[in-house]
Amino acid sequence: MRAMSEEYDVAVVGGGLVGAATAWGLAREGCRVALLDEGDRAVRASRGNFALVWVQSKGIGLAPYSAWTVRSSNAWAGFADLLRDETGFDVCFQRPGGFHLCLSDKELETRANALKRLHNQPGAVDIKSEILDRTQLIKMLPDIGPDVVGASFSPLDGHVNSLRLFRTLHTAIAARGVRYLPSHRVEAIAQEGGTFRLATSQGEIRAGRVALAAGNANMRLAPMVGLEAPMRPERGQIVVTERLRPFLHHPTGTLRQTDEGTVMMGDSHEDSTDPSGLTLGVSAKIVERALRAFPLLAGANIVRTWSAIRVMTRDGFPIYDESESHPGAFVVCCHSGVTLAANHALTVAPMIARGALDKSLVAPFSARRFYVQATG
Amino acid sequence: MFKRLADSGKSVALTVDGRPVDCRAGDTVAAALLAAGVDRCRTTPVSGAPRGPYCLMGVCFDCLVTIDGVGSRQACLVPVREGMAVETQSGRREAGR
Ligand code: FES
Repeated sequence: MRAMSEEYDVAVVGGGLVGAATAWGLAREGCRVALLDEGDRAVRASRGNFALVWVQSKGIGLAPYSAWTVRSSNAWAGFADLLRDETGFDVCFQRPGGFHLCLSDKELETRANALKRLHNQPGAVDIKSEILDRTQLIKMLPDIGPDVVGASFSPLDGHVNSLRLFRTLHTAIAARGVRYLPSHRVEAIAQEGGTFRLATSQGEIRAGRVALAAGNANMRLAPMVGLEAPMRPERGQIVVTERLRPFLHHPTGTLRQTDEGTVMMGDSHEDSTDPSGLTLGVSAKIVERALRAFPLLAGANIVRTWSAIRVMTRDGFPIYDESESHPGAFVVCCHSGVTLAANHALTVAPMIARGALDKSLVAPFSARRFYVQATG
Repeated sequence: MFKRLADSGKSVALTVDGRPVDCRAGDTVAAALLAAGVDRCRTTPVSGAPRGPYCLMGVCFDCLVTIDGVGSRQACLVPVREGMAVETQSGRREAGR
């Protein structure tokens, strides 16, 4: 019989996509896992996101982020297969290649320069991106409007049904015996003799290791285990049409047709942490650009709009860290919980199960980068 | 299935899928459809199951039709108008029409 003082091998804090993917990966490694979550009213990016598995805009300013993203994109098909085998659910992962549409020559030039910068960074990986002019583009996207002058394309870009992914991960972790504990907001974490004691609103949870995967709340939690997670949450809005016959077979960075036929439009950025508000002007701007990109959407009905708070680290790049003062405590934090889900499940979770991050893969993502000047 | 009351109002002409249908001022499009014997006005976007006006008060969304080119309108909430063109819908609508 195990000592009562250590109920779980790992306590994962945060039941969103990052936490659920990490918990699933840990359970696959044979760990006994508790997944601590807030309640139904938690601010939850996993229910509001845009569901891209996106490569082409990631990593300008930090080449390893681009490589890390490509790794996850490449692992995604296998990840989706594993989930389907375990749960019977298809998360509808597709990687037909994606576009970033440009509505003026200036936008196209800015885009081309951005990709050039990405490509020319030391240590850059090849994301096989190209810049297409209108003539080339219209062959692949026949419904673009006259304002579209061109686009960038990467064959590594794809998308998924993210609500189904969320449900599938929770089904998969339940089947693997992960203990899901909703309404267990973590108030304090202490480490005593190798055991972490997590004080929650519903009593104490004990575990040998702790993985903080609580999105923007990592900012509050990380200092409890001697780590930092500097965040800058922002609000994004999404506008969704009724279900339409398939007309768009590639996702774009701001507009995609889902497997179920709805068209999602998004990509707004507001400095707000109020998830319950919608700014009409922002929705209007989203739709205006969408109609210039695909004028045939003019007759489509809009059936839903929502806003959600993005998980965003201060520089936009992920944070993977392990604590020196509290050995066995980890932070797993990023903006792209969908894109990086395959990495969190198949690469990061096994590291946590082994008890140490693999520096050759994730050293560039330590939050120490925020304090480079202070530490010389 | 449905019978009109004797003193219903003045005659209004509209078309359903191009076919002329006679109805009465004050009818909703859903009432006009039902009176004309059209009890299937759309099929669902996912399973293709047939649907017809049901609640007649704007809550079930089963009565969606295209009216004068605007898709997925609730037929039970729109009063008929002379010359109105109503189209039944089949599954997901096509973008651009
Ligand atoms: S019949 Fe129910 S909404 Fe029209």
